[in-house]
Formats: sequence, structure tokens, C-alpha cells
Amino acid sequence: MGLTDLANPTRFMSYSARIIPWLWALAVLVLGFGLYMALVVSPEDYQQGATVRIMYIHVPAAYMGMGAYTLIAISSIGTLVWRHPLADVSARAAAPIGAAFTFVALVTGSLWGKPMWGAWWVWDARLTSVLVLFLMYLGLIALWRAFDDPARGARIVAILALVGFVNIPIIKYSVEWWNTLHQPASLMRRDGPSMPPSMLVPLLVMLAGVSVLFVAMHLSAMRNEVLRRRVRAMQITAARAAATAGA
Amino acid sequence: MFHGVSFSVEGGHALALRGPNGVGKSSLLRLIAGLVRMDAGTLELAGGAPDVPLGEQAHYLGHLDALKPSLSVIENLGFWATFLSGREAAREDLEAALDAVGIGDLASLPARYLSAGQRRRLALARLAAVRRPVWMLDEPTSALDADGQRLLFALVGAHLSCGGIVVVATHVDLPFATTVLALEAMR
Amino acid sequence: MTALKALFARELALAVRIGGGALMAVVFFLIVVTVIPFGVGPDLNVLARIGPAILWIGVLLANLLAIDRLFQADQEDGSLDLIVMSPVPLEMTVAVKALAYWMTTGLPLTLAAPLFGMMLNVPPQALGAICLTLLAGTPALTFIGTIGAALTVVLRRGGLLLAILVVPLMIPVLIFGISATTAVITGPTPFLTPFLILVALSLFSLVLGPLAAAAALRASLD
Repeated sequence: MGLTDLANPTRFMSYSARIIPWLWALAVLVLGFGLYMALVVSPEDYQQGATVRIMYIHVPAAYMGMGAYTLIAISSIGTLVWRHPLADVSARAAAPIGAAFTFVALVTGSLWGKPMWGAWWVWDARLTSVLVLFLMYLGLIALWRAFDDPARGARIVAILALVGFVNIPIIKYSVEWWNTLHQPASLMRRDGPSMPPSMLVPLLVMLAGVSVLFVAMHLSAMRNEVLRRRVRAMQITAARAAATAGA
Repeated sequence: MFHGVSFSVEGGHALALRGPNGVGKSSLLRLIAGLVRMDAGTLELAGGAPDVPLGEQAHYLGHLDALKPSLSVIENLGFWATFLSGREAAREDLEAALDAVGIGDLASLPARYLSAGQRRRLALARLAAVRRPVWMLDEPTSALDADGQRLLFALVGAHLSCGGIVVVATHVDLPFATTVLALEAMR
Repeated sequence: MTALKALFARELALAVRIGGGALMAVVFFLIVVTVIPFGVGPDLNVLARIGPAILWIGVLLANLLAIDRLFQADQEDGSLDLIVMSPVPLEMTVAVKALAYWMTTGLPLTLAAPLFGMMLNVPPQALGAICLTLLAGTPALTFIGTIGAALTVVLRRGGLLLAILVVPLMIPVLIFGISATTAVITGPTPFLTPFLILVALSLFSLVLGPLAAAAALRASLD
């Protein structure tokens, strides 16, 4: 089974139907285990107390929000270079899921900040960057929805997605420049992670679980999108068939 | 714009407005429909409701089909049938009207997938769905194929045989036109 | 009544389906709220002080965003001719269309405003006041906007012109909406006085809007 086989929509539908139930089961298993470790086993923070456990949702959600945008950008290259219909289906299916994860990251980030800063929302650099990412997702979804014909919209939206992707680092550094009060990123440092293993392990399990969940949701959404396009094609055929029957 | 135009149409008859391009056939039709105000002159519908404007007792089929692409065929027709008559339109009546113009099979399809001729037929279905004594048609045959034209003529014929009045602006010969008003450009 | 109910249902369906822009105004509102702190800085005290003004101006602009299409879409596809010729009084048609626009734009903006207010650190009691003043004030914004939409219905690029025409007419609404809100936060003026004037402005535009818009539509069709 090569990549070219998967790229055929009919093949895609039959393979994905077989894989998806297993993916969902795996996602439930890993996430259940991760949540147990994160919410029960892992220690409380000596400063933040139990609030720190929001991190086990917040960080994976933020990571998936960015990961989904990366996937959209890669798919967009597929749309623009190879003009492959499944590439657009993939990008389109990833957008609402990525937006939802980004939204979860925003909400959990704001909940996390409440006890630390005393306000529901703080314009710190990372939270603000995630908000800008969320706005970019909404823009993509709105542009897709503005076209009746998905094939015509595909290349236009792919251009927007790539322009957005190129701009993400610029936006990120501009926002950090604007707000120098942000906390340093704590997961990856040159001198190794600053987090104790008792917290790092549950976080990594959650990251893995959310990744599997994303793949399961993405493949399911792609199937829905393929079916939606087939319905549309059948409706157009019905209109044309009625025209030839009437004449 | 118009000067010295005078005509009368009896029930069961059809008046054709003819003349070269740009002479104002469409404008005259819009004037009769009440969409454009008249500076002087009168319009009367004998036997109609005297205090209701003629436009509210007439169907107007313009160049545009007044359809929303995101609504289905039957939703488009149903809205106009209810809005123009003030009564909830029954689904059977709507389906009968769609059948009368030969697009009964497309009822649940979004209107955006229709071809120009199918859109025109859907606009015509409005005339069949709501009863009004006067029909004002602006180039009704445009975009219609031979089959569509036949259905249009049947629809108009049925309307005329019930004593209805038709005023049509056209540049082609229409078999149902009983009287012709030839418009001339003003010098 | 049946005809107006059918019109209302159609307007809602058109706003919600593909190609309609029911929630676009809320997204635009979020963008306005996001952009302001980049200008004034992230200081929460400053944002809390100007928060009510940001929210009100954001709602005012977002509400204008799509209102130019209110009659233009019907004019372009020929629906407007049939609407004018129907037995339903044009004033009522305009009022129902404006009401449907408010349901899909003004109401979602009002519901989103407290949430966005939290992002600007607006104090909780003021969030309630903002929601209440917007609920009373957005109908006025919509119905005044309706007049602009009718005036510019036949113009190809009417959107920008519309904003220039109607924003001056919306200034009283803005003044009393914001002063009722700030009365709750800082005082010393009572909340009720500006709020009742705001309600009066809304009721007045509920009458003036449809009358003026219907007259403008009839004049445009000539």
C-alpha cells in the first residue's frame, strides 16, 4: 500500500473505514491513561497547587492547534503543486479541528491564568499569539464557506493558508516584542526539560493521546468531507439529468 | 419617457408590446406594474379591486428570476407563494406548480445547481402557484428550450382561457398574443 | 402575518446557510477587540477603563459590516421588485428584514460582548451593564443602518458610503450606551437616566427606520 494508493479517494474511503475504529479505541485508551496520570498520580505544584493540572490539557491543545495549522499548510502545498483533491479535503477537514483545539487552549489558558494573575484574561505574549492563531483559523474557515464550489475555493484558500503559515513566526516574534512580560517556554530548553519527570511523563502521554485523537478526528472529518462532495456532485448530476430528460 | 401610449386588453386576451431594442418595452411593463411612478395618465383594471394597486393584482416576470441559490427549489417557490398570497402554501400545490413547468424532480435541490433554463422555469412556476388575474411577462421565452417554451405557452393558454389578461414585452412572435402594440422611438 | 413569517424564516435561512454571514460580525468584533490592546498596550488597568468604549465601538462597526447587503442582494436578483409589488406594506417588509438582521448580527454581538469584555478586564458588574445596554441599543444601530442600506441599494460600491452616511446618526446611541455603562463602573450619574434615553432612541429608530428605508427603496426603483 503506497502513498499513491491512499491518494485515490475511493481507496482512501475503504482504508480509512477500517483504520478509524482502532484509532478511536487507541485514543480513548491513551487519553484515559494520560488523564489518570495527570489528574490523580502526578504531584501538585508547590506554588500553583492543583491548578497546574490544567497544563495537561492546555499544552497538548495548544500543540495540536499549531500542529493542525502545519498540516493545513502542508496540505495546501499539495493542493497548489499537485492539485490533488484529497489535499484540499485534508486541509479543510483539519481547520475546524485545529480551531477547536486552539479554542480549548485559549479557554484553559485563561482559566489557568485566573488564580495566578487575578484576571480572566491577560495579554501575555503566548496567549495573545494563540488568539491570533485562532483568528487565522476563523478566517480560513470563513473563506472556505464563501465558495459554493469546493474545487474553486481550494487553491484560493491554500494560498491564504500558506501566507498565514509564513507569517506565523513573524507574528509570534512581534507579539513577544510587544509584550516582554511573558514566561519562558518551559518544556524544551537547551539544558534539558526543567520539569520533574513526575510531571513530564503524564504530559508526554497526554501529548501522544491527543495526537492519536487528532488523527482519528481528522480522518473521520475527511471522510465526511469526501461524502459531502459526493452528495454535491450527485445533486449537480441530478439537475443535469433532469435537463436532458426534459428536452 | 412615454407619450401618447394608450391601450386596453380584455379578459382572455394577450397584448404584446413590440418594438426595436431600446424603445422601452421593459420600462413600459415596469410602469404598468407600478414599479416606476407615472407622471400622468391612468391605469384601470375593470372588475378588479378598485382600491388595490394594479401591481398587487398582477404577476411580474422580469429579466431576473428572483431566486436564492442557497435555498432549495421548493423553498424558493414556497416563499414566493406564501409571501405573494399571504397564505401558507400547501406542498401539493407547490409540487403541482413545479410539475407544470417540468422541474418536479428537482424540488429538493439547491437552486444554485440549476441551469439558466431551469431557473427560468422555476420563476415561471410562481405564476402557476399563485392566482392573479394579470400577468406581465418580460421576454418570457429567454433561456427556455423548445420544451420549456411549450410549457410556457400551455401555462399562458390555461390562464387566458380562465379569462386572465397577459401583457408581454417581447422581440419574438408569440403564438398567444392576440393584440400587438408597436412602440416607436420618439424623434 | 403569514407572509411576514415566511419572510422572516427565509431571511434567517439565508443568513445561516453557506454564503450567508451570520457569525462573521462576531469574528470581526473579536478582531477589533484583539487589535486595540496592540495599540494601547497590555496594561489591564488601562484596558478596563477603555473596555466599555472598545466594546461599544466594536459592536457599532461589526453591525455595519454586512448591512449594505440587506436590500442589495434582493435588488440584484430581482426579488426586490416582487417584494415591492406584494400586498405586504413595504414598511413592514423592511422592519421584518431588519429584525432578522438583528437576530443574526445584533443579538450574537450582544451575547459575545460580555465574553470579550472579560478579555479587556472589564469589571463583572459592568459586563452586565454592557450586555443590557447593547440589548437596548443594537436595535437602534440596526434600524438606522437599514436606512443607509436602502439609500445605497442601487450603488455598486455602497458599503463604504453607507458607513459615512449612517455613523453620524448613530452617535447619540453610542453616547448614551457608553454613559449608562460607565455610570455602573464609576458613577456618579445614575444608570437609569442614560439607559432610558437609549431605550427611547431605539424605539424611535424602530419607527423611523422602516418609514425612511421604505421611502428610499421606492425612490431607488423609479
